[in-house]
Amino acid sequence: MLETVFFNLFAGLSILSAMGVVLARNTMHSVMFLIFCFFNAAGLFFLLDAEFIGIIMILIYVGAVMVLFTFVVMMLEIHTARLREGFLQYLPMGGLIAIVLMIEFIGAATSGVFSSGDMATAEHLPQSVNNTVEIGQILYTQYLLGFEIAAIILLVALIGAIVLTLRTRKDAKYQKISAQVNVRKEDRMRKVRM
Amino acid sequence: MNWDMAAQAGIWALEILAIAVPVALSVAYITYFERRVIGWVQVRKGCNRVGWAGLLQPLADGLKLVLKETIIPTTSNKYLFIAAPIISLMPALVAFAVVPFGETTLFGLWDVMHSMSMSNLNVGLLYIMAISSLSIYGVLMAGWASNSKYPFMGAMRATCQMISYEISMGFGLVTVMMLAGSLNLTDIVQAQAGGLLHWYMIPLFPMLIVYFISGCAETARTPFDLVETEELVSGYYTEYSGMWFATFSLAEYAAMILISLMTSILFLGGWYAPIPALDFIPGTVWLLGKTAFLIFVFIWFRATFPRYRYDQMMRLGWKVFLPWTLAWIAVVGIFIYTPGLDSIINFWMPWR
Amino acid sequence: MIKKALKTWLLWELVLGLALTGRYMFQKKITVEYPEEKTPLSPRFRGLHALRRYESGEERCIACKLCEVICPAAAILIESAERDDGSRRTTRYDIDFSKCIYCGLCQEACPVDAIVETQEFEYATESREGLYYTKDMLLAVGDRNEKHIAANLAADARYS
Repeated sequence: MLETVFFNLFAGLSILSAMGVVLARNTMHSVMFLIFCFFNAAGLFFLLDAEFIGIIMILIYVGAVMVLFTFVVMMLEIHTARLREGFLQYLPMGGLIAIVLMIEFIGAATSGVFSSGDMATAEHLPQSVNNTVEIGQILYTQYLLGFEIAAIILLVALIGAIVLTLRTRKDAKYQKISAQVNVRKEDRMRKVRM
Repeated sequence: MNWDMAAQAGIWALEILAIAVPVALSVAYITYFERRVIGWVQVRKGCNRVGWAGLLQPLADGLKLVLKETIIPTTSNKYLFIAAPIISLMPALVAFAVVPFGETTLFGLWDVMHSMSMSNLNVGLLYIMAISSLSIYGVLMAGWASNSKYPFMGAMRATCQMISYEISMGFGLVTVMMLAGSLNLTDIVQAQAGGLLHWYMIPLFPMLIVYFISGCAETARTPFDLVETEELVSGYYTEYSGMWFATFSLAEYAAMILISLMTSILFLGGWYAPIPALDFIPGTVWLLGKTAFLIFVFIWFRATFPRYRYDQMMRLGWKVFLPWTLAWIAVVGIFIYTPGLDSIINFWMPWR
Repeated sequence: MIKKALKTWLLWELVLGLALTGRYMFQKKITVEYPEEKTPLSPRFRGLHALRRYESGEERCIACKLCEVICPAAAILIESAERDDGSRRTTRYDIDFSKCIYCGLCQEACPVDAIVETQEFEYATESREGLYYTKDMLLAVGDRNEKHIAANLAADARYS
């Protein structure tokens, strides 16, 4: 009973805030709506007993990804008027994508894959089931290869981003802190007999 | 709505009050304590005018802030300007929901020990990390919504700083998870039972230092307070006044309490006494005592250290702390899985 | 080398700094709690101005207006007239303390030691008007501080 109430609350709020993302004129407000949307999605995960994924959702998406989003958006100078300029120009393309997506969703929903028999049971797991442990065990045994490949790809992306943006200038002067800290009196001072 | 639900809701409300009210009160008195301690260090007496030994000073300050006019700049983004302090206060308080303040049988009412936390979450540690990473938004919002250059620059600095130090903080906590084998804060404390030698500060001493210093940076306390330096007037809350300003500092000090609590729970044995003979003192007293000491250390830092330069702070986070925490994860991992060495580390892993 | 590495990783110098501030924390405090305790004042302290009288009760000021002329802040306003006994006296001697910069030049300029600065400094008011002192008020300041003024002038006499 309470669960249904909360499900409707989270689901409704996430739909509303997702609409807010698209409809808000101020980019900053859109970002805030998106954050709120992620929160509600995390709430839905909590209702599914998937507290690990819910928390990770907040930690990664809200705590890290959206911060960078906000960061970039903050730097932009927003002209609401200019944003509306190309509306008609992009409408056909956007509309087409939306329609295709709609058809796909309807097709998937009616294909029978998600029929009630294949759905997970709605019963709750006992408190003793720790889904952090479960995820860890399955991730590091059955799906180890996929996990490692994902990790390598992320590492490559990380290093690639650094390599692409790193520009060392030869003529710039950098502070060598360890050299500064390690300096001794004898290195800098000389006794002069007058 | 039946009776059980109503009772449960009532208990929740009481629990929330039992945490939020002491936190707010202790924030008030930490500001007092901070002023006194910094005064002592500077061979002054500190505030001692209002009430006996100045004990009513925080109340007078609070009253002043409440009565002051809240100025909202005309060019600011009003909704976000007002929302920012609330957004920054909310995670600071919400994080306390999973903190266990001790174990109790409620004077023998229950047969088994219950953890004194609002929610004994299985992923408590992750929850704390996730929630404390949200406090950035308040800062970002404040900086952006003020529509003024100094708050904006302050917010930029704050964000860079928090993101950078969160990473080394998180990696530091990974070592704790590895030793405790759990993300549940109560389990982590229970894994440290049995006296001073079992505390994680012994095998994870560098992580204790990294975590605590990163905590300083995370809450923008003094060696890292370049978020609110004089050159930026006062950083992201330049434009704030009155109660909204007070809300920001409430959030800042609540975060400081949280970091101190977490450090005592994760590294200093939580509610256990340093020697088992001292166990007759209630665990909550030990936990709060350790927390109070760490808060004192925070203030001591503030009274002692000069401020970092921005690039130095970034260097410390990325080039010193991050490699150091990663190396320590590797070291702990090697100890756990090498035959022979694992007998050493098993001393701190009673669950194996 | 090892010693240096240890010192770096144990944050030795930070510990030294903390120890220093820790020591200072328990030192005797030097705070002067102002309304109850006060620091000693120099005889040359330049506080509230006063107009003095001779022992006979006759006011010293002869309305020469040297102080008015020398005052860099133009804080002094003097009007004079002949008194019934034929002597030249001020009818008005006002000092605006919101203008005064407490330089002490009026005191130096005065040929008869009539205008002097006292050690009184607790004359804060809640309005600007309260800082506008008329002749009567200045004479009253002189009357209540005459003992200190004379002592301070005597103490400072051999230096001037």
